[in-house]
Amino acid sequence: MEALFRELPWFLRGVGVAVEVLLGVMGLGLFLGLGAAMLQVYGPPPVPFLVTIVERILRGIPPIVLLLLIFYLPWNLPPLLVAILGLGLCSAAYQSQIFRTAFLSVAVEEIEAARALGMSGPQSLFHVVLPQAVRRALGPWSNELASEIKDTSLAYIVGVVEILRQARYVISYTYGNSLLVFGFCALIYFLLTRLGNSLLFRLERRLWVPGFVDRQGRLPTRR
Amino acid sequence: MGGFIALAGRFLPDLLQGAGVTIEITLVCVCAGFILGWALALGRIYGGRALHLACTAYIELVRGTPLLVQLFLLYFGLPDVGLVLPPVLAAGIAFGLNTAAYQAEYFRGAIQSIPASQVIAAQALGLTRFQIIRYIVFPQAMRIVLPAWSNELIYMLKYSSLAFALGVPELMGRANLIASRNFRYLEVYLLAAVIYVGLVLLLSSVLGLVERRLKVPGLAGQGRES
Repeated sequence: MEALFRELPWFLRGVGVAVEVLLGVMGLGLFLGLGAAMLQVYGPPPVPFLVTIVERILRGIPPIVLLLLIFYLPWNLPPLLVAILGLGLCSAAYQSQIFRTAFLSVAVEEIEAARALGMSGPQSLFHVVLPQAVRRALGPWSNELASEIKDTSLAYIVGVVEILRQARYVISYTYGNSLLVFGFCALIYFLLTRLGNSLLFRLERRLWVPGFVDRQGRLPTRR
Repeated sequence: MGGFIALAGRFLPDLLQGAGVTIEITLVCVCAGFILGWALALGRIYGGRALHLACTAYIELVRGTPLLVQLFLLYFGLPDVGLVLPPVLAAGIAFGLNTAAYQAEYFRGAIQSIPASQVIAAQALGLTRFQIIRYIVFPQAMRIVLPAWSNELIYMLKYSSLAFALGVPELMGRANLIASRNFRYLEVYLLAAVIYVGLVLLLSSVLGLVERRLKVPGLAGQGRES
């Protein structure tokens, strides 16, 4: 047990790396997912179809397979980048779905009204659709965040020294205690997902504007 | 390209055998998780205080931790207390326990979306608790939950690939073995990816078919995309 306290700095270092992976993954996923969703909803005819095909394929590949595929690309990418790319692409596919439904939840009449008021296409997108869509996407997005926090553990497979890898090191220094150390890892992840959820819930609350309700007509509630 | 097709011809039989193991693991674990998931959901909704707390704690703990950690706990952790599980069994138990928690949450959502007045009406008609669950709640909840539940089945199919970390010879494990023997990592993993995508598409179209077959006109909440 005291071994756990002695090795705590290593676990914290692992948490730091996991957070780095997480930020990269969610950032990349947000960027690509938002772009893909815009193309799917507002792109000219062949584009939405093509984007949907790519999305379906990415959603069918297990993250580990994608990670190892990228790991063995001939360019010898560093493990951290492999993890961010692999998990980020998976996340982008899911996030594009989240944003697509959010975009579609904004009534067409609102866009028509914006255009009638003389706003350009991009203007109505940025001033009318996005502010509502982003707020509606936050709930499902926080689920995606929680699942990505857990999926950062997969970076272990391509050799990123995150929480699990540190745990394996600690086990080999201290000759054993696997049950305790992995149990401690589980606790760390549990706290991280809880923290992530409550931070996003606060964000959701903060972004709330009077009169805004989600698609089911509810105010933001804790999940 | 021609070289790739030749390679595919050489490696496919072995990979497809691995895909068979993947399907087996997925189906067995999802079925086990289905039963345990219903028990957990019913315990969480209808159970007494202690049962409710126990089920909630289990569900939240499992859903708050990565599957890989759960695998490692069972496979590397349990030997510390003298329980050594073979890889397939460790993976199977971990997957089953994991998917049960997720399925329980889907079932809970579906059960709670059934109007409470129906349960009261059933009680007024003199149905026992078990009968209410069996004849009123279950048939409706299963239809309502099917679209969301399909996602869990597909998720399990994809995440069964984690079993390769314990050396289980499922699709990913086979791919890893073949790749490291022939130094053809990229090609073999690409093949594995194609097989996984194929399996996922096949499974989702089968589930869509089941959904349409089971559809009852007028049942609220059905056919909702999730």
